[in-house]
Amino acid sequence: MNLVLLGINHRTAPLEIREKLAGGLQDLSAGYQALRHLAGLKEVLLYSTCNRVEVLFTTADPPKTVPRVQTFLINLADLPTEEQERIMYIHQEGEAVQHLFRVASGLDSMVMGEPQILGQVKEAYRLATQQQATGAILNRLLHKTFFVAKRVRSETGIGCQAVSVSYAAVELARKIFGTLTNKTALLVGAGEMAELAVEHLKRYGVSQIIVANRTLERALKLARRFRGDAISLAELECQLLRIDIMISSTGATEQILTRDQIKKAMRLRKQQPLFLIDIAVPRDLDPEINTLDNVYLYNIDDLQGIIEVNRRYRQQEAVRAERIIAAEALKFLQWRESLAVYPTIIALQKKADQICQHELKKTLSQLGPLTPAQIKSLQVLTQSITHKLLHDPILYMKRNHHPKDTSREINYIRRLFNLDQE
Amino acid sequence: METLILSVVLMSYFGATAIWLAYLLIQQERLYRYGVWVMGGGWMLHTLNLILAVMEQGYFPGASLGQALRLFSWTLVGTFLFLTWRHPIRVLGTLVAPLAALTLTGSLILPQPGPVAPLLQSLWLSFHIATALLGNATFTLAFMGGILYLVQEHQLKSKKFGFFYRRLPSLEALDALNYYCLTIGFPLLTAGIITGSIYAQYTLGSFWRWDPKETLTLIAWLIYAALLHERLAVGWRGRRAALMAIIGFLVLVVTFVGANLWLQGYHSFESFVRQP
Repeated sequence: MNLVLLGINHRTAPLEIREKLAGGLQDLSAGYQALRHLAGLKEVLLYSTCNRVEVLFTTADPPKTVPRVQTFLINLADLPTEEQERIMYIHQEGEAVQHLFRVASGLDSMVMGEPQILGQVKEAYRLATQQQATGAILNRLLHKTFFVAKRVRSETGIGCQAVSVSYAAVELARKIFGTLTNKTALLVGAGEMAELAVEHLKRYGVSQIIVANRTLERALKLARRFRGDAISLAELECQLLRIDIMISSTGATEQILTRDQIKKAMRLRKQQPLFLIDIAVPRDLDPEINTLDNVYLYNIDDLQGIIEVNRRYRQQEAVRAERIIAAEALKFLQWRESLAVYPTIIALQKKADQICQHELKKTLSQLGPLTPAQIKSLQVLTQSITHKLLHDPILYMKRNHHPKDTSREINYIRRLFNLDQE
Repeated sequence: METLILSVVLMSYFGATAIWLAYLLIQQERLYRYGVWVMGGGWMLHTLNLILAVMEQGYFPGASLGQALRLFSWTLVGTFLFLTWRHPIRVLGTLVAPLAALTLTGSLILPQPGPVAPLLQSLWLSFHIATALLGNATFTLAFMGGILYLVQEHQLKSKKFGFFYRRLPSLEALDALNYYCLTIGFPLLTAGIITGSIYAQYTLGSFWRWDPKETLTLIAWLIYAALLHERLAVGWRGRRAALMAIIGFLVLVVTFVGANLWLQGYHSFESFVRQP
């Protein structure tokens, strides 16, 4: 049995192809239905995210099965066949295992170390088990994958340290305030990055959101979205007494708050810390504000600098993660190899035992009453015949003459003794 | 017996130092817990040692610098363990453990004193020693918290994040530590001064004699009083509170050690014991 992984991702295929493929796989159960009809596929797992579509399967005959799966994918996206060479990758055995581990750990993601992919793989596996598409090998492999992803996350720093501006803002806020519960954040202006930052802050416990905008209408709209209060820009200075975090992202050409204004507010606030995030260009807040005690001012360049450093750190940690993955992949492959030989031996012994029991029963009923000692010696006789007969085949299997292709050898033995009841 | 117990205590304080240094480096939660157990075990033995000494002599052994240092390391570890329970700041252990180990080493190296002057063989005086030393220990923790605050604040202000950025807690937590220590340490120090002066009135006939140690303690007390007042009134917090805690602690160090080495007064340790 061979393990094959086939797929495309954001590195090999442009967005339009990924879109088409993902669109074709909207209904994964239909995908499983179609794959099940392909000859030669034993176990299948299918996952599709916005950055990748991959099929993981086991097959006894890869040269025949792989083209079938390829055709399946190509038909989904209506691709010209000549494109497939370029955009599709095929990994087998160890490579496939490592690839899956890397994907689940976020090493293969667009943003190195992002955590969502693990959840997506888990969900895909749940669906596959619902469809009863997986078996002994993939079940074991997927559980191992979740274990490896967890290990990578806890033993390396791949997932810590923000790599987006909005998360960097949340991390800084947590280093200043500890907990964000019962803190109040003020959003001045609007903009995707600023709004995302507010959402993250809210998720980490910020309890109240205030929105200020040049037009009150716009402020009201945003305030509804964050379930907060709307204020006008004129009230900004007195609102400084209520807030802990301010995210500023207006299109104003001049500064909206000066150092003196903040200084005055800090006195009135009894020096409660204030975290100001200025992501507007040109800047909304006077850079001199950062010289005040208990006020922390970060502009867009400061935040970009932080995430650049963090990105490099994640890259370093990725090297350690790769080491863990390589070691775990090796362990999995060893397990598979031993699995192939030993279950066969056990199946063989079980079959022999069954034959013994069956024949013994028949003979005993014909012979009439016997003493327990006689029955015992008949049992010993049959057992020792089968054991001696099986001794050499078992030894042959254990010696493992073709380590590179154990499964083929095992396959012959299974057919020879008809262990799979064909 | 006494030396055996104390050397086990010393080993456990050094052990906790090593464990917590390793914790600082590799940040494994498990290590921190081991450190607490080692430290806690050592402190229990230290307490036992102290109980035995009090039972033998009938008063707190705090008349020589060595004995005072031993008591100080006991109160420091005790207050830290109490703090860890109420207000966990993990990196603090990495500073507390070596200081406790070093002060205890100092107390073992310093010569053992001769018999204590009869004036000082009193249980009432033990209250003076205990409250003053507990106050000192609490302010030592405030000092360490202040140092950590300044390090962390510098990183956040300069936007250069180094080795300590991830390893230190949030500014808010460090500032809360400052306040917490202040509210506990200040009453203790005040009680130490009051019990001391009552004892002085009772035995020497005057409440206050402007001895160097007394004067310096008063200065430290005023610094902490100012910090506490300003903190509550106008919100002296963060960097300013950290700096005040550091200055106050330095004055206390001079009071505790320096006053005995450089300045002579009736309150210095040498005058407490009869010279052999």
